[in-house]
Amino acid sequence: MKNLESTMAGTVFTVNVAVGEEVSAGQVVMVLESMKMEIPIEAETAGKIATINAGEGDFVNEGDVLVTFE
Amino acid sequence: MGESKGYNDRLEEKLASVYSGGHEKYHEKMKEQNKLFVRDRLALLFDNGEYIEDGRFANVEAGDLPADGVVTATGKVNGQTVCVMANDSTVKAGSWGSRTVEKIIRIQEIAEKNRVPMLYLVDSAGARITDQLDMFPNRRGAGRIFHNQVRLSGFIPQICLLFGPSAAGGAYIPAFCDIVFMVEGNASMYLGSPRMAEKVIGEKVTLEEMGGARMHCTVSGVGDVLVSTEEEAIIEAKRYLSFFPSNYTEKPKQVEAKAIKEGRTLEEIIPENQNAPFDMYEAIDAIIDDGTFFDVKKLFAPELITGLARIDGRAVGIIANQPKAKGGVLFVDSADKATKFISLCDAFSIPLLFLADVPGFMIGTKVERAGIIRHGAKLIAAMSSATVPKISVIVRKAYGAGLYAMAGPAFEPDVCIALPTAQIAVMGPEAAVNAVYSNKIEAIEDPKERLKFVQEKHAEYKEEIDIYKLASEMIIDEIVAPSALRSELANRLRFYEGKQIVNAPRKHPVLPV
Repeated sequence: MKNLESTMAGTVFTVNVAVGEEVSAGQVVMVLESMKMEIPIEAETAGKIATINAGEGDFVNEGDVLVTFE
Repeated sequence: MGESKGYNDRLEEKLASVYSGGHEKYHEKMKEQNKLFVRDRLALLFDNGEYIEDGRFANVEAGDLPADGVVTATGKVNGQTVCVMANDSTVKAGSWGSRTVEKIIRIQEIAEKNRVPMLYLVDSAGARITDQLDMFPNRRGAGRIFHNQVRLSGFIPQICLLFGPSAAGGAYIPAFCDIVFMVEGNASMYLGSPRMAEKVIGEKVTLEEMGGARMHCTVSGVGDVLVSTEEEAIIEAKRYLSFFPSNYTEKPKQVEAKAIKEGRTLEEIIPENQNAPFDMYEAIDAIIDDGTFFDVKKLFAPELITGLARIDGRAVGIIANQPKAKGGVLFVDSADKATKFISLCDAFSIPLLFLADVPGFMIGTKVERAGIIRHGAKLIAAMSSATVPKISVIVRKAYGAGLYAMAGPAFEPDVCIALPTAQIAVMGPEAAVNAVYSNKIEAIEDPKERLKFVQEKHAEYKEEIDIYKLASEMIIDEIVAPSALRSELANRLRFYEGKQIVNAPRKHPVLPV
């Protein structure tokens, strides 16, 4: 199980994946909005999404777990 | 052609023992770890593998401590004279005895007198505790190595290649160098080993997690360049060194110019939407000589790129926001990274090129508690006090203190150039309109009317910060088409070569951190 954490504080702008989806390394799984910028959050390695812990409009802090992989 | 003399035989015998290093089993162990013997490392490093050596017979009487575990040598690298200390980890794990320390101090003194770069090839378990009184506390004990490093900093380039451990006090050798190369899997730095951490504070942790090469090059920032083999470390260190003069009194060498890398143009790379990310590395490729970029701290604080490169054959230090990572926002670590890089370039007369696309410094509890104000101040202080040519290019947005950090007009850049996509302001249009009119916006009940009002205010604001207005007010010095940027920079670097600033006399500024 590997976690993907938020790189910075911000608001979830879009969630680009669904639970159970297979993603490849480098794929954008979420986009945050912070400091008026779009911040893409990319998967570090390939894997299957187990949980998604934040929805559109949620505030997330730096280091918060955004998604977990199986 | 006489018979061999007895004294020559004795010399040859002693030398053979010195050159062979420690016991065969330790050589075998090094091979297993993909590590090279110290003399093979030196053969790779020096031009034609040639060098002179001092203190070959150090501790020769001990019998089992050839060269006392360190080779100190002088030779040429890229045709430039350098001094080197290199631990021999086949001799008591490269640990330091009193003669080891004395040899290191002496080679530093040679580097100082000859005003040439000093390279530290580190692979050492630390102090020989059994010899502590002889090597640790005295005037020419290990502390003197670090004292010398501090005195030599900015006088000559100091480079650390970390091939193995650099433990406890020894970990300060890399810390006082200009740059640290680390070999993944073998190099490590720590004040206390995992075993000690468990005994003293009860923490259970692996060496890789606590002091491994990848950790230091991505998280702590103590390492600068992560490489996968020793050969790669040596090749990259040579490439790094090629940007530097021998000492602070000289200028970096100019080399033959090369064309830019084939690829997309700046017009194609930079999106008009200020909030959309793009890859600043691609933009850098579009202005520098192909294949010259040397990334410093690539994996650490990637929201800010710092690296050496050449434009038309001239060395330049680039500080560029990376909108692709964390939106290019400045953080504590990015400020830290830029501060050291600016200080490095300024020390050795390498001009600075700032490529700004920055929404500002990060805000929020997390960064305030981490002291972002003083770390930002540290960056601004370094940039502000640099006396080398400083060129500021506003690529896209430069908001708030981000403009200051990236050598904005108030910080005496030699020129502040804007691309037509530039936007300079205290904050972006959305944030500004919200800040000024939030009560008014909330009071408008009809959503359509509200949107119309906001859009009008955005338009007004954009007009207020129009780049031609700023040029007309002479806030920025030039507006240049993206396609003309490279030649503009090449010309300016050429014309600013003789720049000299004399600061008012004082002892030194009080640093914000």
